[in-house]
Amino acid sequence: MSVNNETLLSIIENMQKNIGENRSYLSDLDREIGDGDHGINMDRGFQEVMKKMDEMKEQDISGILRTTGMTLAFKVGGASGPLYGTAFMKASDTLKGKEEIVLTDLPGLLDAAIGGIQLRGKAVQGEKTILDTLFPAKEALENAIVEGKNSEQAIDAMLKAGEEGAEYTKTIKATKGRASYIGERSIGHMDPGAASALILLRSIAEIVN
Amino acid sequence: MVGILLVSHVQSLADGVKDLAGLVAPSVPIVAVGGLSDGSAGTDVERIYTSLKEADQGDGVLIFMDLGSAVMSTEMALEIDPNDNYIMMNSPMVEGAIVAASAIEAGSTLEEAHNLVESQKGVDKF
Repeated sequence: MSVNNETLLSIIENMQKNIGENRSYLSDLDREIGDGDHGINMDRGFQEVMKKMDEMKEQDISGILRTTGMTLAFKVGGASGPLYGTAFMKASDTLKGKEEIVLTDLPGLLDAAIGGIQLRGKAVQGEKTILDTLFPAKEALENAIVEGKNSEQAIDAMLKAGEEGAEYTKTIKATKGRASYIGERSIGHMDPGAASALILLRSIAEIVN
Repeated sequence: MVGILLVSHVQSLADGVKDLAGLVAPSVPIVAVGGLSDGSAGTDVERIYTSLKEADQGDGVLIFMDLGSAVMSTEMALEIDPNDNYIMMNSPMVEGAIVAASAIEAGSTLEEAHNLVESQKGVDKF
């Protein structure tokens, strides 16, 4: 696996496409346990990112992720803006001066993104959040690399663990964010943030594999 | 004079708190910001940043937020241009803003108003 500027821009375009297609799905999930705007917010954010395409074509990979993060942070309008925005910005910091992302860069990149989300949202794993998708995905990716899996297998393992993580959020109650106000009644519903995080991971996998 | 910034998900809520605080503190610079630029509910980092600068008259700003993304968006606005005299308050927005506005109107410094709000934030309503 090697992701240069061009591939990275394709990934971001694919994120926008997939988020756009799942706009209603994400808002419906949010309506069950929150205020019902997650799909609208994420879609707005990624559409704003698309407006920066010309600018991003002139940037290196670190710059592209920074621009994406800043745009999401400023334009999403809900809690997911600062959360994903900080995630992309922290991921950007791990790639300074690099011209491509290779498989072994990915765990560090995800780790930084997770750290950014935790810094902003003060959540840990198991609270029915974005992290419940990203944590297991990162762990599975790390393990696959240690086991000597090739990039396609490792990315598949990451995605599968992310899917399981998002599914797992149906079984637990929310203790962070607005969904925490409904306590036990949040059980049975997938967390919309965990679902959007999975869409972003899938958008990466579709392009690199 | 110390400024007050009110950050909400909806402009009318921030405006309402501003109106109420303004009754006890007519000379305090109070700026209300809420919602997105298209008027829908949410919080907008850029609008918060602009409003922060408007509230800043050189003696610092106490910032009161409603909940959730208002807190995170305010954090991000503060990171654009870090300043120790911009203080996010961990108190209820209405009560905190009224306490702060009264204190500032009576001549409190940033630190004094901050401490007073901190000491009052756990007070029961009845």
